[in-house]
Amino acid sequence: MKNKEIGIKICMGTGGIAAGGTQVMEAFTEHLRSSGIEASVEKRCSMHRVGCRGLCAKDVLVDILIDGDKTTYQYITSEMVPRIVKEHLIEGAPIEEWTVGEDYHNFHRKQVKVVLSDCGNIDPEDINAYIAVGGYEATKAAVKSMTPEEVIDIIKKSGLRGRGGAGFPTGLKWEICNKIQSDHKYIICNADEGDPGAFMDRSVIEGNPHAVIEGMIIGAYSIGAAGGYVYIRAEYPLAVERLKIALRQARENNFLGNKILGRGFLNFDIKIKLGAGAFVCGEETALIASIEGRRGMPRAKPPFPVYSGLWGKPTVINNVETLANIPYIMRKGAGWFSSYGTEKSKGTKVFALTGKVKNSGLIEVPMGIPLREIIYDIGGGIEGEKALKAVQTGGPSGGCIPADMIDIKMDYESLAQAGSIVGSGGMIVLDEDDCMVNVAKYFLQFTQAESCGKCVPCRIGTKRLLEILDKITKGQGTEDDLKLLEKLGSDIKSASLCGLGQTAPNPILSTLKYFRQEYEAHLEGRCPAKVCRDLLTYSVIEKFCTGCGACKRVCPAGAVTGEKKKPHTIDSSLCIKCGACFDVCKFKAVAKE
Amino acid sequence: MIKVLIDGKAGAVKEGATVLEAARMLNIPIPTLCHHPKLSPFGGCRLCIVEIKGIPRPVTSCTTPVTEGMEVTTSTPALEDLRKTVLELILSDHPNDCMLCERAGDCTLQELAYFYDVKENRFAGERRIYEKKDGNPFIERDMEKCILCGRCVNACEEIQGVSAIDFAYRGFKSKICPPYEHDLNCEFCGQCVAVCPTGALTGKGWSHKGRQKDIKEVDTTCPYCGTGCGITLHVKRNEVVRVTSKESGWNEGWLCAKGRFGYSFIGSPERLRTPLIKEAAGGFREASWDEALEYAAKRLKEIKEKHGPDSIGGLSSARCTNEDNYLFQKFMRAAIGTNNVDHCARL
Ligand SMILES: Cc1cc2nc3c(=O)[nH]c(=O)nc-3n(C[C@H](O)[C@H](O)[C@H](O)COP(=O)(O)O)c2cc1C
Ligand code: SF4
Ligand code: SF4
Ligand code: SF4
Repeated sequence: MKNKEIGIKICMGTGGIAAGGTQVMEAFTEHLRSSGIEASVEKRCSMHRVGCRGLCAKDVLVDILIDGDKTTYQYITSEMVPRIVKEHLIEGAPIEEWTVGEDYHNFHRKQVKVVLSDCGNIDPEDINAYIAVGGYEATKAAVKSMTPEEVIDIIKKSGLRGRGGAGFPTGLKWEICNKIQSDHKYIICNADEGDPGAFMDRSVIEGNPHAVIEGMIIGAYSIGAAGGYVYIRAEYPLAVERLKIALRQARENNFLGNKILGRGFLNFDIKIKLGAGAFVCGEETALIASIEGRRGMPRAKPPFPVYSGLWGKPTVINNVETLANIPYIMRKGAGWFSSYGTEKSKGTKVFALTGKVKNSGLIEVPMGIPLREIIYDIGGGIEGEKALKAVQTGGPSGGCIPADMIDIKMDYESLAQAGSIVGSGGMIVLDEDDCMVNVAKYFLQFTQAESCGKCVPCRIGTKRLLEILDKITKGQGTEDDLKLLEKLGSDIKSASLCGLGQTAPNPILSTLKYFRQEYEAHLEGRCPAKVCRDLLTYSVIEKFCTGCGACKRVCPAGAVTGEKKKPHTIDSSLCIKCGACFDVCKFKAVAKE
Repeated sequence: MIKVLIDGKAGAVKEGATVLEAARMLNIPIPTLCHHPKLSPFGGCRLCIVEIKGIPRPVTSCTTPVTEGMEVTTSTPALEDLRKTVLELILSDHPNDCMLCERAGDCTLQELAYFYDVKENRFAGERRIYEKKDGNPFIERDMEKCILCGRCVNACEEIQGVSAIDFAYRGFKSKICPPYEHDLNCEFCGQCVAVCPTGALTGKGWSHKGRQKDIKEVDTTCPYCGTGCGITLHVKRNEVVRVTSKESGWNEGWLCAKGRFGYSFIGSPERLRTPLIKEAAGGFREASWDEALEYAAKRLKEIKEKHGPDSIGGLSSARCTNEDNYLFQKFMRAAIGTNNVDHCARL
């Protein structure tokens, strides 16, 4: 394979590293060297660390590029590396059975990548890789030849709205801040990302930290901020590390620091502030309190942070994804950006597609795409060919969209109308085996535990909601309890101080709206999805039981009795409903009802 | 001045005033638990919610600044319904043992429960159960009664500048406590006790000393130092059982540990009731004021004649008033004839 340009790209996001990316990388380095490829092709063989490329379920993903021809391998471990080096790199024959299949290509086909366009393709630890794909051009253009007002105008025209949940128009936020006179202003990047199951912002920072930094620089220039913070949770060590490297490189290249790009008046730098993993610290006023060294508790607005934020100064807070969009909008134009999406929701949105879908992972789609296309085309449909039941969007602040509304458009307005939200982009696919009451309970447990405790409706109200749900999943609920859930839920929404409490009842209210019959079944002592433990009974179906005794051996409560080769029985008064017998029986002789 | 219309009543308030302040100025009542006029607004109890024209959801009047021409409604069936839900929620996590509570009859929470007629509780459920274990000498902390209004935390930080307590934990388990839940070990100024709207914080010395209705309040001045804070003695059967201070006084109701908790000397049997004269043979004997003063004057004269005025020194007390201290130095300089005069607070 002499004189060919060989490139190897290994997925090294958190998912890739967890699946063994580091070892795969080491194995490649070692085998390239021992095969002598290093000697002949060393200069051309670039071994990049790249960030997340979305399809985390198939990690470790490896691209081999030979003179621009790309082959992508999935589920690669270090043991597989010698064969790839030998057969593919040396002999020139890709190993077909290890390459990605049709679903990998489908996964990418309907996506439109703006924020993620360079994630997975460039080395996030090398500023030159970002510069090579056009990075920091937008900064140079803005700083050298545009006024802050001209920059804001482009962002306003693009129609970009905040990706952190509330969907506030970004250009407008910047404009308000720009107009306020103050000796000091701040821009903060909100990378707290506390929703369970969300990993959009983390992947963007791990895969392309410079885009976020560039977004902040352009924002700082527009509003006149000299100080910047990235508030990021300490549970994201890789993202923090890459951000640190990127900040250092940006300073070395004079994109940050004093006299940016030689412009005497332009001083701006960014500090990293680690959060301790509290969901509520993603709320902007709590986040500010946390940076100031106080307990992360929201305060009432007004005044909004753009008027009085960090240390009482005008402050713009933007989400990671919002900021990462900025350099691309600046480079490619507001018209290009707003050509994607719907009338009121422009551009693309990154979602973390998880749950009972075949291809789970990080996706980026144009706003307004029908949910059906996400689930069936990109996601490849439901796992195990089960029936789709609902899609939960917006995490603990969101709601469930039932299967019969699958043609709904994924934009701010449509989702709000359906009782859910786009939120930060969590998307959990639920099938017939998921109990909606239990799903609501799961999210309520989360919000209750994460409530900051400041206000009564959220602190005590969500606890009471949770207690009622608990009662229902135990079969002790009544029709009155359902009414009380609705009443208390709506009161909590009206009376809570911050967005956490104001949205916490959504998972209950939306499931009650679309799946009331499932709640009612629980009142009658049945869990249709067979999830709620207290409502299940396990029994042996005599005609299938071979008397193998497997269930008897696994039962931790000694509830199974029976002689060898004769049908066994389960004593329901001893049974603790762990389901071990059900799982172990090879003859489907244990019934769960 | 900013014009505002609250429940149809027009008023004008100064810039920066909140809706709650404006309403109170217009004598329009709005229920509150966490609000305290001397502390920064908290917005946690949610009772003071009002409707403001043009804002889609109810907002807390204690945190919302008045803007020109604002139209406010403080009471609608929907608002009262939300308030009742909030109160019921608070009481669903409260011991409700008012019969035995130190604050009964003098408790904002109790008053509101009465006013909103919270009898049965739709939300009855788990209650926070805490062991009372704080061994500090002055402040009883019954955190089961705490409604997390945050007043104590703010008073400690903003008034006393100590920050000895703060919120800890999250969700239903949130709790006010000193760091690491250690015993309170602070200045014991008791500002927190003074602002607590429930029976969560009380003085240890107050317990079971009497209901407020049986108590005679006597306004006076704290005798501990020349600052002269206004205090109110709570007297039952001629015994001082508690000391408080009124917000209307010049010290705004704030006291120090001595003023607030150091009143037991008043009824102490060890307290001197008559002058004592030391006998040549040792030991003291009781004397009348006239006898004691004459004796002191006589001895001072003798010493001055025999050893000169500079052989005498005078030390006065911080617990005397300025006027007393002025007279004392005058006496030392003019009557005795020495500059040997000092004051305990200078030591
Ligand atoms: C409970 C709660 C949690 C939040 N968490 C986040 C978060 O993790 N990341 C984020 O960007 N915004 C979060 N937000 C929204 C922020 O308050 C804020 O609206 C956002 O950062 C603004 O940025 P944007 O305009 O770019 O969306 C949260 C809001 C609430 C009420
Ligand atoms: S709604 Fe919940 S999280 Fe928000 S301030 Fe109130 S208690 Fe805290
Ligand atoms: S007694 Fe004073 S110093 Fe101590 S906690 Fe209360 S307010 Fe703070
Ligand atoms: S102890 Fe009293 S003042 Fe402090 S938060 Fe609790 S109820 Fe409020």
